[in-house]
Amino acid sequence: METLTYRFENGTRALPPQPRVVGVVGSGNLEVLIESMPQGGACTVEIKTAAAGFGATWQAVMLDFHERWQLMDASIAINDMGATPAVVSLRLDQAVETMLGALS
Amino acid sequence: MNNYVNSYLESTARERIERLFDPGSFVEFLPPASRVISPHLGQLDAAVAFDDGVVVGRAFLDGETVFAAAQEGGFMGGAVGEVHGAKLVGLLRRAVTEKIGAVLLLLESGGVRLHEANAGLIAVSEVMRAVLDARAAGVAVVTLAGGSNGVFGGMGIVARCTNAIVMSEEGRLAMSGPEVIETASGVEEFDSRDRALVWRTTGGKHRYLLGDCQAIVSDSVAEFRQAAIAACRAQPTFLCLAELDQEQAMLGERIERFGAMSDPLEIWAALGVEQPAAIPMLDAAQFVAVARPRRLGGR
Repeated sequence: METLTYRFENGTRALPPQPRVVGVVGSGNLEVLIESMPQGGACTVEIKTAAAGFGATWQAVMLDFHERWQLMDASIAINDMGATPAVVSLRLDQAVETMLGALS
Repeated sequence: MNNYVNSYLESTARERIERLFDPGSFVEFLPPASRVISPHLGQLDAAVAFDDGVVVGRAFLDGETVFAAAQEGGFMGGAVGEVHGAKLVGLLRRAVTEKIGAVLLLLESGGVRLHEANAGLIAVSEVMRAVLDARAAGVAVVTLAGGSNGVFGGMGIVARCTNAIVMSEEGRLAMSGPEVIETASGVEEFDSRDRALVWRTTGGKHRYLLGDCQAIVSDSVAEFRQAAIAACRAQPTFLCLAELDQEQAMLGERIERFGAMSDPLEIWAALGVEQPAAIPMLDAAQFVAVARPRRLGGR
């Protein structure tokens, strides 16, 4: 297992208070827990992944995610079992959309 | 969540909970954000889940307050670790304290999580005790079994400790899983890759004919819901000596009548099913019409 953390400052989009979890920790899949949490306007991400050595890929995926959503005061925690970057991006979008109520 | 998806088999544990109970009524105990995770998996450098693979909480079912648990087969095959088991035990005990009418167990599990060794074994036995304590206190405990991982090992025993089991044809219920039997006794004894054989032997239709489950429904969350509503009204809930004696007699009769047979098709024929080979092709309603008059009585 490898733990990766990222922090993106100066977000603009606030989240509602109710935390949400999407996805399942199964092979090639991941779960994303998204919570609203005061942290000076930043969005923090903590990833625990079974596939060690993909830090650069995670960083690129998370940068893209932050550019899409610009979350502020958000905490994202991920348990990953080797999901591909595309699956990770879809789950992250699903998490935000679920939180924002686009999916109920 | 997508309303057009109604397959129980295809749904995750959380989707089943959301779709089976009255809309928006579920309140989770120990939700993922509380991060009550396995203390063992991290030491083994294995991935954890924020809910340890089981969702527990309270909900309304047809207006009645019930408790519910749903195992996530996608996380380690729904296997029961220390925390996972403790969540089930806590739910059942709280149902007794709060005098809840029924607990629904949406089971999907390979049994004990072997990574957690004795802690997992103890957890499963504590779940069994908690199920029987809840029943003794007047709480109906109902199992729903329709997930792709089936209900095996210790959770198979837990299921048979409950008041009623509702299955789909796709659901499976047994003690040892197909691969376990093949590994232990050889491929001549049981070919775990023969899917038709696996479902004939462990699937919902066979369980219904043998009296191991009380209802069989199509692979539909809505049908599971209707069957669950009916099963929750079972009275009395407690396990009495007469019921145990009856069960023992049924099991004895099963061994006597079917013990020498090597395929469920022979058993179905012996039960009086005229075209046993046609059974796997029938939908749930057609199957019940054929099977109900011929099935063993069950409990």
